[in-house]
Amino acid sequence: MSPAADLARAALRADLLFIADLIEPGARVLDIGCGDGALLHYLSSERGVDGRGIEISQTGVNACVSHGLSVIQGNADTDLNDYPDGAFDYVVLSRTLQATRNPREVLAQLVRIGRKAIVTFPNFGYWRVRWNLIALGRMPTTRLLADPWYSTENIHLCTIRDFMQLCDDLGLRTERQAILNHTGHNIKFRSTSRFANFFGEQALFMLSQR
Amino acid sequence: MAVADPMDVSPLSESAAAGQVVELGAEGPLRLDSGTELSRFSVAYQTYGVLNADKSNAVLVCHALTGDQHAANAHPLTQKPGWWDVMIGPGRPLDTNRYFVISTNVLGGCMGSTGPKEINPDTDKPWGLSFPVITIGDMVRAQARLIDYLGIDQLFCVIGGSMGGMQALQWASAYPERVFASVPIAAASRHSAQNIAFHEVGRQAIMADRDWHAGEYHTHNTTPRAGLAVARMAAHITYLSEAALRRKFGRKLQDRERITFGFDADFQVESYLRHQGMTFVDRFDANSYLYITRAMDYFDLAAEHGSLPAAFKKTPVRFCLVSFTSDWLFPTADSREVVKALNAEAANVSFVEVDTDKGHDAFLLDEPEFHKTLVGFLNGAADRRGLKKP
Repeated sequence: MSPAADLARAALRADLLFIADLIEPGARVLDIGCGDGALLHYLSSERGVDGRGIEISQTGVNACVSHGLSVIQGNADTDLNDYPDGAFDYVVLSRTLQATRNPREVLAQLVRIGRKAIVTFPNFGYWRVRWNLIALGRMPTTRLLADPWYSTENIHLCTIRDFMQLCDDLGLRTERQAILNHTGHNIKFRSTSRFANFFGEQALFMLSQR
Repeated sequence: MAVADPMDVSPLSESAAAGQVVELGAEGPLRLDSGTELSRFSVAYQTYGVLNADKSNAVLVCHALTGDQHAANAHPLTQKPGWWDVMIGPGRPLDTNRYFVISTNVLGGCMGSTGPKEINPDTDKPWGLSFPVITIGDMVRAQARLIDYLGIDQLFCVIGGSMGGMQALQWASAYPERVFASVPIAAASRHSAQNIAFHEVGRQAIMADRDWHAGEYHTHNTTPRAGLAVARMAAHITYLSEAALRRKFGRKLQDRERITFGFDADFQVESYLRHQGMTFVDRFDANSYLYITRAMDYFDLAAEHGSLPAAFKKTPVRFCLVSFTSDWLFPTADSREVVKALNAEAANVSFVEVDTDKGHDAFLLDEPEFHKTLVGFLNGAADRRGLKKP
C-alpha cells in the first residue's frame, strides 16, 4: 500500500474504515447520512467507488460538494423511495438508523435500493447504558450517546437483539455482523451471544434481501 | 483583435456589438418545436480560454432572459463588465486557464443571433412578429449547431442560471451523450404559474405601449421604451428578495428630506427601479423580450417526456443543482423536484441550497459559498474527465 493510501486510512474513523473494507472496489455506493463525506471521499479516491451521499445538514452537504463529492441534501425517512430498486451495490447507513422516524421502513428501503445494506448503530444493551438506568436511575448517556434526553436526536434506540429480531421480521439475510467498541474497532464476539449484547458498544450488520 | 481608434466616435456597428457571429443552416434547416423551419440563422458568441487538443474542455455558458453572449467582456453597448465576470476568468470558478468557455446569444435574442430584430433573409425586412415562436429546446438546438461548427463532440459542462439553467437541463435531456456535466442554477424543469403570470404582465406592458405598433415599431422609427421599461421594472422586483430590498432601500427617500405629496420618485427603491427600466431599454429589444419570455413559459420537461424522470432516462450526465434560500422566482422546491427525478434514474447528482438574502439574482453575484460549491464540483468533474490542471 502506498504511503498516501496509508495516510488516508489513518485519517478515517475506525468504524468507517471497517465499513470501507467491506466494499468492493469500483462498486456503486450510497452513503446515507454521509456527514462531511469522509467515507465517500476515501471510497472514491482509494477504491474507485462511484459514490453518492445524502446528508440532512446543509453545511455537511455544501462541504461535501465543494470537495467534489456527489451529495444531496435529504433525509433517510422521506427521500429513499425516490430511488429505483437495486440502484446501488451497497447502501451505507452509519449511526443514523436510531435517529430516523421509521427505522423499520428505512431498513426495508435500504435493502430494496441496495444489493447489500451496511448498517451500524449504537447498542442500547451495552452494559454502561444498563448501568445508567438500573443503578443510577438516569437516562443513559455514553460516549456514543452523548446528548441528554431533552436534546438527543436518537429517538429509536435498540439493542443488538432487538435489531436482529427486526431483521428476522423483515425476512432479511445477515451476510456479515461485527461488534465494535466505541472507537469503532472490531471486537470479536459472536453477535448472537448475550455477551455481545452486553459488552458491544456498537454493532455492524451487512444485510440483503432473501 | 483590432485596437480601437480613440478618434472613432461612431456608434458600434451591429457586428462589432455581437462579437463573433456564425451563419448556420447550410448544413440543413433548423426545425423548430412550432413546426417551422429556419433555413438560415446566425448565432453570435464569445469565447474565453483555449480549446485543448482533444476538444474536451469546452464549457457552454447559457444566459438568462435578458443576458447575452458578453458574459466576461465589457458590454459593447453599456461598457459594463460582463454579466458573469465574477465567474469566468483565470483563477475564477470557470477558470479560463483550464476551460474553453463558450457564451452564445440565444436564438430569439437581440445581440446578433437570429431573432425578431434581425433581417429576415427572405423579405430583407426585420422579422418582427413574423419571427416564429421559439422554445428553450430551439435555443439549445441552435447552440448544438454552433458546437458542431466548432468541431466539439462533447461539452465538458453546460452551465447557467435561471433560463440558462433551463438550457442546462434541456441540453442534458436532449443531448445526454454530448454533455459531461450539467449545472442548472436557480432553475426549474418547468415555468410556474406565478412566473408565467409575471411574464404576461411584462408582455402586456410592452403591447400597451402605443410605440409598439403591433411589433412593427422598426418601420415607424420608434421603440416601446415605456412599455419595455415597465416590464423590466416589474421583472426586476422578482429577481430580488423582500429582505434585500429592505436592507438596500428600506423606506429611504431619494435626495430629499421629506415626501413631496406627488408622484416623483420620492423613495430610493422607486428611483432604483426607474433607473433599471431606463437603462434596460437602451440595450434590449422589446420583441425579443416577448419571444424569450414565451420560450420560458412553454418550458416543461415533464410534459414533453410524459414524466420528469423520463426526460433523464439512464442519464450519464453528472449534475450539480444550486438554489438560493431567498429566491422566490425559482424556489428551492423547483430544484428539489429535479433532484427527485434524477434520483429516480439513480443519476449522479449533487444539490446545494445556498443561504443568502439576495434572491434570484444571487446567481450573478459574488457569493463565496456558491462559488466554493461550483469550484468543488467542477474540479471533481474535470479530474474525472481527465482535464489537465492549470
